[in-house]
Amino acid sequence: MNSHVEMEHHRGVLVVRLSGELDHHAADYVRMEMDEAIMRGQVEHLILSLKELQFMDSSGLGVILGRYKLIRSKGGKMAVCDATAPVKRLLEMSGLFKIMSLYDDESSALSDLEVAL
Amino acid sequence: MTKSEAGNFMSVQFAALSENESFARVVVAAFVSRLDPTMEELNDLKTVVSEAVTNCIIHGYDSNPEGIVSISASIDNETVHLTIEDQGNGIEDLELAQQPLYTSKPELERSGMGFTIMENFMDEFEVTSEPGRGTSISMKKTIVSKKALYN
Repeated sequence: MNSHVEMEHHRGVLVVRLSGELDHHAADYVRMEMDEAIMRGQVEHLILSLKELQFMDSSGLGVILGRYKLIRSKGGKMAVCDATAPVKRLLEMSGLFKIMSLYDDESSALSDLEVAL
Repeated sequence: MTKSEAGNFMSVQFAALSENESFARVVVAAFVSRLDPTMEELNDLKTVVSEAVTNCIIHGYDSNPEGIVSISASIDNETVHLTIEDQGNGIEDLELAQQPLYTSKPELERSGMGFTIMENFMDEFEVTSEPGRGTSISMKKTIVSKKALYN
């Protein structure tokens, strides 16, 4: 396993910290871990922390877009924070920031989303 | 022209298994490292290798691990040539496949950004495909080494 998913609940916000490499090989595992937490708990909003993510390709974009659709279908919001330069470039290229916000760190993303709760 | 005059080269073949995607990225990165690329250039190359190999596995071979993915790379002065190919399904409509956000497999939650990323991250990009015979992607990128940046 070359990818890790760490999760923390803050009231209705699920914070997911991804580390390692998010490629096609890791995508299924990351997707299942996140969907299980989203469907199980009282998750309204989702924050994806990408600080420790060393590599991501278009398979990772697919995972992020899929979780966005899931959270939106439940009426929630999704945000991304702490993206490294290469990951940020990929997110920009795919137009992801047109549909979700990018924050400098977890706490600023949390305070924004918790206001929305 | 002998091989040494043509510059350095390497080629690898491996099973179309997703766990080999990271192997492919590392092999190409290691081969190119003698050009002293920047972190950004190295990441660009790793990303395009990942995209192309993933395409071979998912689209070329429908995730059948019996398929074989081939990568060949050569270095000509400061320029890296990469060819990544499969002998799989091939692409019916190349123009459609290269549209940003288009994916033939939406059920797999693909982003449809693979070709767009390869085009953006490389200096030259060309895809040839024949339905039922396979797909080949040839790409070039000139490495502006760190030494050149310092001078």
